[in-house]
Amino acid sequence: MDINDLRIVVTVLGFACFLGICAWAYSKHAKTGFDEAARLPLTDDDLPVDNDRLEKEGKTNG
Amino acid sequence: MQSQATYNYKVVRQFTIMTVVWGIVGMLVGVIAAAQLVWPELNVHEFLHFGRLRPLHTNAVIFAFGGCALFATSYYVVQRTCHTKLFAPALAGFTFWGWQLVILLAAITLPLGYTQGKEYAELEWPIDLLIAVVWVSYAIVFFGTIAKRKVSHIYVANWFFGAFIITVALLHIVNSAAIPVSFMGMKSYSAYAGVQDAMVQWWYGHNAVGFFLTAGFLGMMYYFVPKQAERPVYSYRLSVVHFWALIFTYMWAGPHHLHYTALPDWTQSVGMIFSLILLAPSWGGMINGIMTLSGAWHKLRTDPILKFLVTSLSFYGMSTFEGPMMSVKTVNALSHYTDWTVGHVHSGALGWVAMISIGSVYFLLPRLYGKTQMYSVKLINTHFWIATIGIVLYIASLWVAGVMQGLMWRATNSDGTLTYSFVESVKASYPFWTIRLVGGSLFLVGMLIMFYNMVKTIAGEKAYNAPVIAPAAAHA
Repeated sequence: MDINDLRIVVTVLGFACFLGICAWAYSKHAKTGFDEAARLPLTDDDLPVDNDRLEKEGKTNG
Repeated sequence: MQSQATYNYKVVRQFTIMTVVWGIVGMLVGVIAAAQLVWPELNVHEFLHFGRLRPLHTNAVIFAFGGCALFATSYYVVQRTCHTKLFAPALAGFTFWGWQLVILLAAITLPLGYTQGKEYAELEWPIDLLIAVVWVSYAIVFFGTIAKRKVSHIYVANWFFGAFIITVALLHIVNSAAIPVSFMGMKSYSAYAGVQDAMVQWWYGHNAVGFFLTAGFLGMMYYFVPKQAERPVYSYRLSVVHFWALIFTYMWAGPHHLHYTALPDWTQSVGMIFSLILLAPSWGGMINGIMTLSGAWHKLRTDPILKFLVTSLSFYGMSTFEGPMMSVKTVNALSHYTDWTVGHVHSGALGWVAMISIGSVYFLLPRLYGKTQMYSVKLINTHFWIATIGIVLYIASLWVAGVMQGLMWRATNSDGTLTYSFVESVKASYPFWTIRLVGGSLFLVGMLIMFYNMVKTIAGEKAYNAPVIAPAAAHA
């Protein structure tokens, strides 16, 4: 087999792999997991717990 | 409760502070280089000559400012989204000191004239070896942290950071392959020759743009934009698809830096076509980031951090439209070697990379010192407007200068002779270079305001390490 055949195969496989990823990402099956994943940074409360400061700024932490 | 365990914020703090410091240094060198173009008599000494300061500027802003911002944010994001402390904290500390040493060595060797002559890969072989060691350590810390995560899903920001780390390792090692002339000297020669060397260099160069300056900062975008807007990513599906589209496409775009050279014509065409395709995944990311704000647009009025983040996305969209256009051969015939290219790079570097980093640093700094806000939100707003006006002046002037230069260089008389000599195009560029200097200086002033705000925020405050909290689902 010519090295170019190998290159063609890798390129076509790469493209097929990408189409597969698209199909998977837009499948119903992936949706619930994605919705949960999208909230990952938001459900993580990263503001420091400092009651004095929170009171002063009129904010609640959570 | 495992309330005793805290996240490793120390290394994040170190990198965050150095992001601002190196930003000022790198941009100051840029302003000096811009001034040298307006007043050539400022080239006072060979160490401070434009030819040596220019690579110092690019290395400082990309690898010192951008690099520190990437280290800081990736270490923060990977810990918070994996709900676990950094893996191998001592090694993480080494990446900080190692990276600072690389920057210091660059600041010494580049003015002395040690260079491999490869754009964005100028540093000589001993420094290249140190970079490789630091980078592999970075990969161990980052992926080690991913491996011990407490949530099953790897959040999309970490995918972008991970791709950036792996690809930069690959790019750096392949492009820096060189044979030293002697083991005692700095001089080395590239392992590749001729047009192959040029192609390896621009495979590296464009992927440095694609992975160092894009994927890593998209990682920032996917964490800090949702955080600051308090909205989930607009479309998580789109984030997955545009991630893989970027990964599959960027690697091929490098040849557009070598249009009309000795590179085979078909290779140039492949580079051009993949550059055009890149518009789709780039805009996928831009749209995803901006649409994350839907329903929260009103926050833009009052939140200058969000202004930085959203404006950065607008510049990202703009420069990733401009880039593919400039890769079209016929457009490139006009734009190549002109200041248009420099303007394009800065719309990406100042508009996208710097602005998203600045927004992220303003987000991080108070949290790293147990506070909820910067010392002055008003000064963030001032910084935002000064920086934005600076960028607009910078890129608009170089657009005009670039198109003008391209048109002057290609103009011919009816007998086929050139209408203008090169020096006439230099003379015509002066007014625009002056405007560029003003724009760049404004951007630097913004960074100085940021430095003041940073010092005021952290002065007298104790370093803070947030407790590691269990994933929300676990205690909900």
